[in-house]
Amino acid sequence: MPSPDSAVRVADLVVRFGHRIVLDGLSLEAETGALTAVLGPNGAGKTTLIRCCTDLIRPASGTVAVLGSSVDSPQLSGRIGLMPQSAGSWSGIKTIELLRYLAGLYANPLPVPALIERLGLSDCAKTPYRRLSGGQQQAVNLAGALVGRPELVFLDEPTAGMDPHARRATWLLLRELRANGVTMLLTTHAMDEAEALADQVFIVDHGKVTISGTVRQLTKSGGTLETVFLNHTSARAAS
Amino acid sequence: MTALDLSPAPAPAPAAKRIVRHGLIEARLLIRNSEELLLALVIPLAILVAGRFADAAISNSPIASLDLLGPSVLALAVWSSAFTSTAITTAFERRYGVLERLATTPLGRPGLLAGKALALIMIMLGQLVILTAAALGLGWRPEFTVLSALLAVLIVILATATFVCLALLLAGRLRAESVLGLANLIYVILLVGGGLIIPVARYPAALRPVIEALPTAALGEGLRAAAHGQVLGWPVLVLLAWLVAAGLAAWKGFRWTS
Repeated sequence: MPSPDSAVRVADLVVRFGHRIVLDGLSLEAETGALTAVLGPNGAGKTTLIRCCTDLIRPASGTVAVLGSSVDSPQLSGRIGLMPQSAGSWSGIKTIELLRYLAGLYANPLPVPALIERLGLSDCAKTPYRRLSGGQQQAVNLAGALVGRPELVFLDEPTAGMDPHARRATWLLLRELRANGVTMLLTTHAMDEAEALADQVFIVDHGKVTISGTVRQLTKSGGTLETVFLNHTSARAAS
Repeated sequence: MTALDLSPAPAPAPAAKRIVRHGLIEARLLIRNSEELLLALVIPLAILVAGRFADAAISNSPIASLDLLGPSVLALAVWSSAFTSTAITTAFERRYGVLERLATTPLGRPGLLAGKALALIMIMLGQLVILTAAALGLGWRPEFTVLSALLAVLIVILATATFVCLALLLAGRLRAESVLGLANLIYVILLVGGGLIIPVARYPAALRPVIEALPTAALGEGLRAAAHGQVLGWPVLVLLAWLVAAGLAAWKGFRWTS
Protein backbone atom coordinates (compact mmCIF):
# COMPACT_ATOMS: atom_id res chain seq x y z
CA MET A 1 0.00 0.00 0.00
CA PRO A 2 1.45 3.41 -0.94
CA SER A 3 1.92 5.66 2.07
CA PRO A 4 0.48 9.20 1.91
CA ASP A 5 3.67 10.36 3.66
CA SER A 6 6.03 9.24 0.92
CA ALA A 7 8.37 11.90 -0.47
CA VAL A 8 9.57 9.49 -3.15
CA ARG A 9 7.35 6.83 -4.63
CA VAL A 10 8.81 4.48 -7.22
CA ALA A 11 6.71 1.68 -8.70
CA ASP A 12 7.72 -1.11 -11.10
CA LEU A 13 10.54 0.92 -12.61
CA VAL A 14 12.22 -0.59 -15.67
CA VAL A 15 15.27 0.99 -17.33
CA ARG A 16 17.20 -0.57 -20.20
CA PHE A 17 20.49 0.61 -21.69
CA GLY A 18 20.45 -1.12 -25.06
CA HIS A 19 19.79 -4.77 -24.33
CA ARG A 20 20.98 -4.51 -20.73
CA ILE A 21 18.27 -4.26 -18.07
CA VAL A 22 19.50 -1.89 -15.35
CA LEU A 23 16.30 -1.52 -13.33
CA ASP A 24 14.01 -4.52 -13.44
CA GLY A 25 10.70 -3.59 -11.86
CA LEU A 26 12.17 -1.72 -8.89
CA SER A 27 9.69 -0.36 -6.34
CA LEU A 28 10.35 1.60 -3.17
CA GLU A 29 9.03 4.46 -1.07
CA ALA A 30 11.00 7.01 0.93
CA GLU A 31 9.08 8.51 3.81
CA THR A 32 8.89 12.28 4.25
CA GLY A 33 11.33 13.55 6.87
CA ALA A 34 13.18 10.23 7.04
CA LEU A 35 16.57 9.06 5.83
CA THR A 36 16.24 6.17 3.43
CA ALA A 37 19.31 4.15 2.45
CA VAL A 38 19.58 2.17 -0.76
CA LEU A 39 22.27 -0.49 -0.52
CA GLY A 40 23.53 -2.58 -3.38
CA PRO A 41 26.64 -3.88 -5.10
CA ASN A 42 28.24 -1.98 -7.97
CA GLY A 43 25.98 -2.02 -10.99
CA ALA A 44 22.87 -2.83 -8.98
CA GLY A 45 21.08 0.24 -10.34
CA LYS A 46 21.38 2.71 -7.42
CA THR A 47 22.65 5.67 -9.44
CA THR A 48 20.16 4.94 -12.22
CA LEU A 49 17.38 5.03 -9.62
CA ILE A 50 18.48 8.51 -8.49
CA ARG A 51 18.73 9.67 -12.10
CA CYS A 52 15.16 8.52 -12.73
CA CYS A 53 14.02 10.42 -9.62
CA THR A 54 15.75 13.59 -10.87
CA ASP A 55 14.43 13.26 -14.44
CA LEU A 56 17.86 12.62 -15.93
CA ILE A 57 16.82 9.23 -17.27
CA ARG A 58 13.40 8.35 -18.63
CA PRO A 59 12.37 4.79 -17.66
CA ALA A 60 11.01 2.33 -20.19
CA SER A 61 8.07 1.70 -17.84
CA GLY A 62 6.96 2.25 -14.29
CA THR A 63 6.20 5.41 -12.35
CA VAL A 64 8.14 7.85 -10.19
CA ALA A 65 6.54 10.53 -8.02
CA VAL A 66 8.68 12.99 -6.08
CA LEU A 67 7.18 15.29 -3.43
CA GLY A 68 3.77 14.42 -4.83
CA SER A 69 4.60 15.49 -8.39
CA SER A 70 5.86 13.81 -11.50
CA VAL A 71 9.62 14.20 -11.91
CA ASP A 72 9.35 16.68 -14.80
CA SER A 73 6.96 18.98 -12.94
CA PRO A 74 7.93 22.67 -12.65
CA GLN A 75 6.52 22.42 -9.10
CA LEU A 76 9.75 20.70 -8.10
CA SER A 77 12.01 23.61 -9.11
CA GLY A 78 14.47 24.23 -6.29
CA ARG A 79 12.88 21.73 -3.89
CA ILE A 80 15.39 18.96 -4.60
CA GLY A 81 19.11 18.81 -3.86
CA LEU A 82 21.39 16.37 -5.64
CA MET A 83 24.85 15.21 -4.69
CA PRO A 84 25.94 13.22 -7.74
CA GLN A 85 28.48 10.44 -7.49
CA SER A 86 30.81 12.18 -9.94
CA ALA A 87 32.35 15.56 -9.18
CA GLY A 88 29.39 17.75 -10.06
CA SER A 89 31.73 20.68 -10.53
CA TRP A 90 33.93 22.40 -13.07
CA SER A 91 37.54 21.44 -12.40
CA GLY A 92 38.91 24.99 -12.41
CA ILE A 93 36.34 26.69 -10.20
CA LYS A 94 37.17 27.72 -6.63
CA THR A 95 35.10 26.29 -3.76
CA ILE A 96 33.64 29.64 -2.73
CA GLU A 97 33.00 30.61 -6.33
CA LEU A 98 31.04 27.41 -7.01
CA LEU A 99 28.96 27.69 -3.87
CA ARG A 100 28.21 31.40 -4.41
CA TYR A 101 27.15 30.61 -7.98
CA LEU A 102 24.86 27.77 -6.82
CA ALA A 103 23.48 29.91 -3.99
CA GLY A 104 22.59 32.58 -6.56
CA LEU A 105 20.19 30.19 -8.25
CA TYR A 106 17.97 30.21 -5.14
CA ALA A 107 15.94 32.90 -3.40
CA ASN A 108 16.71 31.79 0.20
CA PRO A 109 20.07 30.01 0.12
CA LEU A 110 22.15 29.07 3.13
CA PRO A 111 24.83 31.68 3.86
CA VAL A 112 27.86 30.45 1.93
CA PRO A 113 30.59 31.44 4.44
CA ALA A 114 28.75 29.65 7.26
CA LEU A 115 28.19 26.58 5.10
CA ILE A 116 31.88 26.51 4.18
CA GLU A 117 32.81 26.77 7.84
CA ARG A 118 30.32 24.06 8.85
CA LEU A 119 31.77 21.62 6.33
CA GLY A 120 35.37 22.36 7.31
CA LEU A 121 36.22 23.94 3.97
CA SER A 122 37.46 27.33 5.22
CA ASP A 123 41.11 26.53 4.45
CA CYS A 124 40.36 25.57 0.86
CA ALA A 125 37.65 28.12 0.04
CA LYS A 126 39.85 29.68 -2.63
CA THR A 127 41.34 26.43 -3.92
CA PRO A 128 40.33 25.24 -7.40
CA TYR A 129 38.15 22.14 -7.24
CA ARG A 130 40.71 19.93 -9.05
CA ARG A 131 43.30 20.61 -6.34
CA LEU A 132 41.06 19.52 -3.48
CA SER A 133 41.49 16.11 -1.84
CA GLY A 134 38.83 13.46 -2.52
CA GLY A 135 37.22 14.08 0.86
CA GLN A 136 37.19 17.86 0.34
CA GLN A 137 35.61 17.41 -3.08
CA GLN A 138 32.89 15.28 -1.49
CA ALA A 139 32.29 17.97 1.13
CA VAL A 140 31.96 20.63 -1.60
CA ASN A 141 29.54 18.38 -3.47
CA LEU A 142 27.47 17.95 -0.33
CA ALA A 143 27.48 21.71 0.26
CA GLY A 144 26.29 22.21 -3.32
CA ALA A 145 23.36 19.85 -2.71
CA LEU A 146 22.34 21.67 0.48
CA VAL A 147 22.94 25.34 -0.33
CA GLY A 148 19.43 25.87 -1.74
CA ARG A 149 17.75 24.59 1.46
CA PRO A 150 15.94 21.72 -0.28
CA GLU A 151 13.09 19.62 1.11
CA LEU A 152 14.48 16.44 -0.39
CA VAL A 153 18.13 15.53 -1.01
CA PHE A 154 19.46 12.67 -3.12
CA LEU A 155 22.95 11.65 -1.97
CA ASP A 156 24.85 9.24 -4.20
CA GLU A 157 27.52 7.67 -1.98
CA PRO A 158 28.02 10.86 0.03
CA THR A 159 30.97 9.78 2.16
CA ALA A 160 33.00 7.86 -0.44
CA GLY A 161 36.61 9.02 -0.19
CA MET A 162 36.19 10.75 3.17
CA ASP A 163 38.45 10.03 6.14
CA PRO A 164 36.79 8.76 9.36
CA HIS A 165 36.65 12.27 10.91
CA ALA A 166 34.99 13.74 7.83
CA ARG A 167 32.58 10.80 7.63
CA ARG A 168 31.48 11.30 11.24
CA ALA A 169 31.08 15.05 10.68
CA THR A 170 28.96 14.33 7.60
CA TRP A 171 26.82 11.83 9.52
CA LEU A 172 26.25 14.49 12.19
CA LEU A 173 25.19 16.99 9.53
CA LEU A 174 22.80 14.48 7.93
CA ARG A 175 21.22 13.80 11.33
CA GLU A 176 20.78 17.56 11.83
CA LEU A 177 19.15 17.84 8.43
CA ARG A 178 16.73 15.06 9.31
CA ALA A 179 15.96 16.74 12.64
CA ASN A 180 15.12 19.87 10.66
CA GLY A 181 12.64 17.98 8.48
CA VAL A 182 14.75 17.37 5.37
CA THR A 183 14.01 14.09 3.60
CA MET A 184 17.08 12.19 2.35
CA LEU A 185 17.60 9.24 0.07
CA LEU A 186 21.17 8.05 0.00
CA THR A 187 23.00 5.24 -1.70
CA THR A 188 25.95 3.61 -0.04
CA HIS A 189 28.15 0.54 0.08
CA ALA A 190 28.99 1.20 3.71
CA MET A 191 26.96 -0.98 6.08
CA ASP A 192 28.04 1.06 9.11
CA GLU A 193 26.71 4.19 7.42
CA ALA A 194 23.32 2.62 6.83
CA GLU A 195 23.25 1.24 10.38
CA ALA A 196 24.16 4.62 11.85
CA LEU A 197 21.79 6.76 9.80
CA ALA A 198 18.99 4.97 8.02
CA ASP A 199 15.38 4.92 9.13
CA GLN A 200 14.61 2.52 6.31
CA VAL A 201 16.92 0.33 4.22
CA PHE A 202 16.31 -1.08 0.74
CA ILE A 203 18.78 -3.66 -0.54
CA VAL A 204 18.91 -3.68 -4.31
CA ASP A 205 20.39 -6.30 -6.62
CA HIS A 206 20.13 -6.69 -10.38
CA GLY A 207 17.79 -3.72 -10.61
CA LYS A 208 15.20 -4.78 -8.07
CA VAL A 209 14.66 -4.59 -4.32
CA THR A 210 15.49 -7.93 -2.74
CA ILE A 211 14.65 -7.02 0.87
CA SER A 212 13.70 -3.91 2.83
CA GLY A 213 12.97 -2.80 6.36
CA THR A 214 14.48 -0.98 9.28
CA VAL A 215 17.95 -2.08 10.36
CA ARG A 216 16.38 -3.71 13.41
CA GLN A 217 13.86 -5.63 11.29
CA LEU A 218 16.52 -6.79 8.87
CA THR A 219 18.88 -7.99 11.61
CA LYS A 220 16.31 -9.42 14.02
CA SER A 221 17.42 -13.00 13.35
CA GLY A 222 20.83 -12.20 14.81
CA GLY A 223 22.97 -11.46 11.77
CA THR A 224 24.60 -8.16 10.92
CA LEU A 225 23.40 -5.86 8.17
CA GLU A 226 26.41 -7.01 6.14
CA THR A 227 25.27 -10.63 6.46
CA VAL A 228 21.80 -9.63 5.27
CA PHE A 229 23.39 -7.72 2.38
CA LEU A 230 25.55 -10.69 1.37
CA ASN A 231 22.60 -13.07 1.57
CA HIS A 232 20.39 -10.88 -0.62
CA THR A 233 22.84 -9.73 -3.28
CA SER A 234 25.04 -11.51 -5.76
CA ALA A 235 28.76 -10.95 -6.30
CA ARG A 236 29.46 -9.47 -9.71
CA ALA A 237 31.84 -7.16 -11.42
CA ALA A 238 31.12 -3.43 -11.44
CA SER A 239 29.33 -2.27 -14.55
CA MET B 1 31.04 28.26 14.59
CA THR B 2 28.10 30.09 12.98
CA ALA B 3 24.81 28.21 13.42
CA LEU B 4 23.13 27.18 10.19
CA ASP B 5 19.38 27.09 9.78
CA LEU B 6 19.05 23.78 7.97
CA SER B 7 15.26 23.79 7.78
CA PRO B 8 13.91 23.54 4.23
CA ALA B 9 13.12 26.86 2.53
CA PRO B 10 13.33 26.09 -1.16
CA ALA B 11 12.58 28.86 -3.62
CA PRO B 12 14.16 29.57 -6.98
CA ALA B 13 15.75 32.91 -7.82
CA PRO B 14 14.11 34.78 -10.73
CA ALA B 15 14.75 33.08 -14.07
CA ALA B 16 16.63 36.01 -15.63
CA LYS B 17 18.97 36.21 -12.64
CA ARG B 18 19.70 32.48 -12.84
CA ILE B 19 20.55 32.67 -16.54
CA VAL B 20 22.76 35.74 -16.15
CA ARG B 21 24.62 34.14 -13.24
CA HIS B 22 25.24 31.03 -15.29
CA GLY B 23 26.36 33.00 -18.33
CA LEU B 24 28.79 35.04 -16.22
CA ILE B 25 30.34 32.04 -14.41
CA GLU B 26 30.74 30.05 -17.61
CA ALA B 27 32.28 33.00 -19.47
CA ARG B 28 34.67 33.63 -16.56
CA LEU B 29 35.77 29.97 -16.50
CA LEU B 30 36.30 30.00 -20.28
CA ILE B 31 38.43 33.15 -20.14
CA ARG B 32 40.52 31.62 -17.36
CA ASN B 33 41.30 28.57 -19.48
CA SER B 34 44.51 29.10 -21.46
CA GLU B 35 43.60 26.45 -24.06
CA GLU B 36 40.36 28.28 -24.77
CA LEU B 37 42.24 31.55 -25.18
CA LEU B 38 44.60 29.85 -27.63
CA LEU B 39 41.65 28.75 -29.75
CA ALA B 40 39.64 31.92 -29.35
CA LEU B 41 42.27 34.58 -29.87
CA VAL B 42 45.88 33.47 -30.24
CA ILE B 43 45.43 31.27 -33.33
CA PRO B 44 43.15 33.73 -35.21
CA LEU B 45 45.49 36.64 -34.35
CA ALA B 46 48.52 34.61 -35.43
CA ILE B 47 46.87 33.79 -38.77
CA LEU B 48 45.92 37.43 -39.24
CA VAL B 49 49.41 38.76 -38.50
CA ALA B 50 51.17 35.97 -40.41
CA GLY B 51 48.88 36.50 -43.39
CA ARG B 52 49.48 40.24 -43.32
CA PHE B 53 53.26 40.09 -43.13
CA ALA B 54 54.20 36.77 -44.67
CA ASP B 55 51.66 37.09 -47.47
CA ALA B 56 52.38 33.58 -48.54
CA ALA B 57 49.68 31.30 -49.79
CA ILE B 58 46.68 33.54 -49.94
CA SER B 59 47.62 36.54 -52.02
CA ASN B 60 50.50 38.40 -53.61
CA SER B 61 49.55 41.70 -52.03
CA PRO B 62 49.40 42.23 -48.27
CA ILE B 63 46.39 44.54 -48.51
CA ALA B 64 44.55 42.16 -50.84
CA SER B 65 45.29 39.30 -48.44
CA LEU B 66 43.77 41.32 -45.60
CA ASP B 67 40.61 41.75 -47.66
CA LEU B 68 40.29 37.99 -47.45
CA LEU B 69 41.89 37.43 -44.07
CA GLY B 70 39.81 39.97 -42.15
CA PRO B 71 36.44 38.26 -42.64
CA SER B 72 38.07 34.80 -42.75
CA VAL B 73 39.57 35.24 -39.31
CA LEU B 74 36.22 36.41 -37.95
CA ALA B 75 34.70 33.24 -39.39
CA LEU B 76 37.46 31.21 -37.72
CA ALA B 77 36.67 32.83 -34.36
CA VAL B 78 33.01 31.84 -34.68
CA TRP B 79 34.04 28.30 -35.64
CA SER B 80 36.49 27.88 -32.76
CA SER B 81 34.17 29.19 -30.04
CA ALA B 82 30.84 27.83 -31.24
CA PHE B 83 32.09 24.37 -32.21
CA THR B 84 35.43 23.34 -30.73
CA SER B 85 35.23 25.17 -27.44
CA THR B 86 31.56 24.32 -26.85
CA ALA B 87 32.11 20.63 -27.66
CA ILE B 88 35.10 20.23 -25.33
CA THR B 89 33.63 22.27 -22.49
CA THR B 90 30.27 20.52 -22.59
CA ALA B 91 31.82 17.05 -22.86
CA PHE B 92 33.80 17.63 -19.67
CA GLU B 93 30.79 19.18 -17.94
CA ARG B 94 28.90 16.00 -18.76
CA ARG B 95 31.72 13.78 -17.59
CA TYR B 96 32.24 15.70 -14.31
CA GLY B 97 28.52 15.62 -13.51
CA VAL B 98 28.11 19.41 -13.84
CA LEU B 99 25.18 18.98 -16.23
CA GLU B 100 23.65 16.38 -13.93
CA ARG B 101 23.84 18.68 -10.94
CA LEU B 102 22.68 21.84 -12.69
CA ALA B 103 19.76 20.12 -14.43
CA THR B 104 18.28 19.46 -10.97
CA THR B 105 18.77 23.03 -9.71
CA PRO B 106 16.24 25.79 -10.46
CA LEU B 107 18.42 26.65 -13.48
CA GLY B 108 17.11 23.47 -15.15
CA ARG B 109 17.90 22.34 -18.66
CA PRO B 110 16.39 25.31 -20.54
CA GLY B 111 18.15 27.76 -18.21
CA LEU B 112 21.41 25.89 -18.59
CA LEU B 113 21.19 26.11 -22.38
CA ALA B 114 20.21 29.80 -22.22
CA GLY B 115 23.09 30.50 -19.83
CA LYS B 116 25.54 28.68 -22.09
CA ALA B 117 24.26 30.70 -25.05
CA LEU B 118 24.76 33.91 -23.08
CA ALA B 119 28.34 32.93 -22.19
CA LEU B 120 29.06 32.09 -25.82
CA ILE B 121 27.63 35.42 -27.02
CA MET B 122 29.79 37.32 -24.52
CA ILE B 123 32.93 35.41 -25.54
CA MET B 124 32.24 35.76 -29.25
CA LEU B 125 31.48 39.48 -29.02
CA GLY B 126 34.81 39.96 -27.24
CA GLN B 127 36.59 37.90 -29.90
CA LEU B 128 34.96 39.72 -32.81
CA VAL B 129 35.72 43.16 -31.33
CA ILE B 130 39.39 42.32 -30.64
CA LEU B 131 39.97 40.60 -34.00
CA THR B 132 38.15 43.32 -35.97
CA ALA B 133 40.20 46.00 -34.21
CA ALA B 134 43.42 44.08 -34.92
CA ALA B 135 42.50 43.60 -38.60
CA LEU B 136 41.59 47.27 -38.97
CA GLY B 137 44.85 48.22 -37.28
CA LEU B 138 46.77 46.08 -39.75
CA GLY B 139 45.10 47.84 -42.68
CA TRP B 140 41.86 45.95 -43.40
CA ARG B 141 39.30 48.25 -45.00
CA PRO B 142 35.99 46.36 -45.31
CA GLU B 143 33.30 47.60 -47.71
CA PHE B 144 30.15 46.48 -45.92
CA THR B 145 26.84 47.89 -47.11
CA VAL B 146 23.85 48.00 -44.78
CA LEU B 147 22.34 44.98 -46.51
CA SER B 148 25.56 42.97 -46.60
CA ALA B 149 26.25 43.78 -42.94
CA LEU B 150 22.79 42.57 -41.94
CA LEU B 151 23.32 39.41 -43.95
CA ALA B 152 26.69 38.91 -42.27
CA VAL B 153 25.01 39.12 -38.86
CA LEU B 154 22.37 36.59 -39.97
CA ILE B 155 25.07 34.25 -41.28
CA VAL B 156 27.04 34.48 -38.02
CA ILE B 157 23.88 33.71 -36.00
CA LEU B 158 22.94 30.73 -38.18
CA ALA B 159 26.50 29.41 -38.22
CA THR B 160 26.82 29.78 -34.45
CA ALA B 161 23.57 27.90 -33.84
CA THR B 162 24.61 25.17 -36.29
CA PHE B 163 28.07 24.73 -34.79
CA VAL B 164 26.67 24.64 -31.24
CA CYS B 165 24.19 21.90 -32.22
CA LEU B 166 27.00 19.87 -33.82
CA ALA B 167 29.15 20.44 -30.72
CA LEU B 168 26.36 19.29 -28.39
CA LEU B 169 25.80 16.20 -30.50
CA LEU B 170 29.47 15.29 -30.17
CA ALA B 171 29.65 16.19 -26.48
CA GLY B 172 26.44 14.36 -25.65
CA ARG B 173 27.40 11.05 -27.24
CA LEU B 174 31.15 10.47 -26.86
CA ARG B 175 33.57 10.23 -23.95
CA ALA B 176 35.16 13.55 -22.98
CA GLU B 177 38.67 12.43 -24.01
CA SER B 178 37.38 11.37 -27.42
CA VAL B 179 35.59 14.71 -27.85
CA LEU B 180 38.80 16.55 -26.93
CA GLY B 181 40.74 14.80 -29.67
CA LEU B 182 37.99 14.71 -32.28
CA ALA B 183 36.84 18.33 -31.86
CA ASN B 184 40.42 19.57 -32.26
CA LEU B 185 40.94 17.33 -35.28
CA ILE B 186 37.73 18.53 -36.96
CA TYR B 187 38.71 22.11 -36.10
CA VAL B 188 42.04 21.78 -37.93
CA ILE B 189 40.65 19.79 -40.89
CA LEU B 190 37.87 22.28 -41.60
CA LEU B 191 40.13 25.25 -40.87
CA VAL B 192 42.36 24.07 -43.72
CA GLY B 193 39.92 22.20 -45.96
CA GLY B 194 36.51 23.62 -45.08
CA GLY B 195 36.50 26.91 -46.96
CA LEU B 196 36.81 28.82 -43.71
CA ILE B 197 40.09 30.66 -44.28
CA ILE B 198 40.85 29.73 -47.87
CA PRO B 199 38.22 30.84 -50.43
CA VAL B 200 36.37 27.96 -52.11
CA ALA B 201 37.58 29.13 -55.54
CA ARG B 202 41.16 28.18 -54.59
CA TYR B 203 40.35 24.50 -54.02
CA PRO B 204 40.52 21.98 -56.89
CA ALA B 205 37.41 22.23 -59.10
CA ALA B 206 36.31 18.68 -58.31
CA LEU B 207 36.19 19.43 -54.57
CA ARG B 208 34.38 22.75 -54.75
CA PRO B 209 30.77 21.43 -54.75
CA VAL B 210 31.54 19.33 -51.67
CA ILE B 211 33.26 22.18 -49.86
CA GLU B 212 30.46 24.61 -50.70
CA ALA B 213 28.03 22.29 -48.98
CA LEU B 214 29.94 22.57 -45.67
CA PRO B 215 28.69 25.01 -43.00
CA THR B 216 32.23 26.32 -42.52
CA ALA B 217 32.45 27.28 -46.21
CA ALA B 218 29.02 28.92 -46.03
CA LEU B 219 30.23 31.02 -43.11
CA GLY B 220 33.60 31.88 -44.68
CA GLU B 221 32.25 32.67 -48.13
CA GLY B 222 29.27 34.57 -46.74
CA LEU B 223 31.44 36.83 -44.57
CA ARG B 224 34.05 37.41 -47.29
CA ALA B 225 31.33 38.40 -49.76
CA ALA B 226 29.58 40.62 -47.21
CA ALA B 227 32.85 42.40 -46.39
CA HIS B 228 33.06 43.30 -50.08
CA GLY B 229 29.49 44.60 -50.06
CA GLN B 230 28.11 41.56 -51.88
CA VAL B 231 25.00 39.67 -50.82
CA LEU B 232 25.11 35.89 -51.28
CA GLY B 233 22.00 33.79 -50.69
CA TRP B 234 23.38 30.27 -50.90
CA PRO B 235 25.34 30.38 -47.60
CA VAL B 236 22.09 31.13 -45.77
CA LEU B 237 20.39 28.14 -47.41
CA VAL B 238 23.31 25.82 -46.66
CA LEU B 239 23.41 26.94 -43.04
CA LEU B 240 19.65 26.58 -42.63
CA ALA B 241 19.79 23.00 -43.92
CA TRP B 242 22.67 22.17 -41.56
CA LEU B 243 20.92 23.85 -38.64
CA VAL B 244 17.75 21.81 -39.08
CA ALA B 245 19.67 18.54 -39.40
CA ALA B 246 22.13 19.28 -36.57
CA GLY B 247 19.39 20.64 -34.33
CA LEU B 248 17.26 17.52 -34.70
CA ALA B 249 20.25 15.24 -34.19
CA ALA B 250 21.35 17.11 -31.05
CA TRP B 251 17.78 17.13 -29.69
CA LYS B 252 17.50 13.37 -30.11
CA GLY B 253 21.07 12.39 -29.37
CA PHE B 254 22.20 14.56 -26.46
CA ARG B 255 22.68 12.79 -23.13
CA TRP B 256 22.98 14.76 -19.90
CA THR B 257 24.81 12.05 -17.98
CA SER B 258 27.95 10.09 -18.78
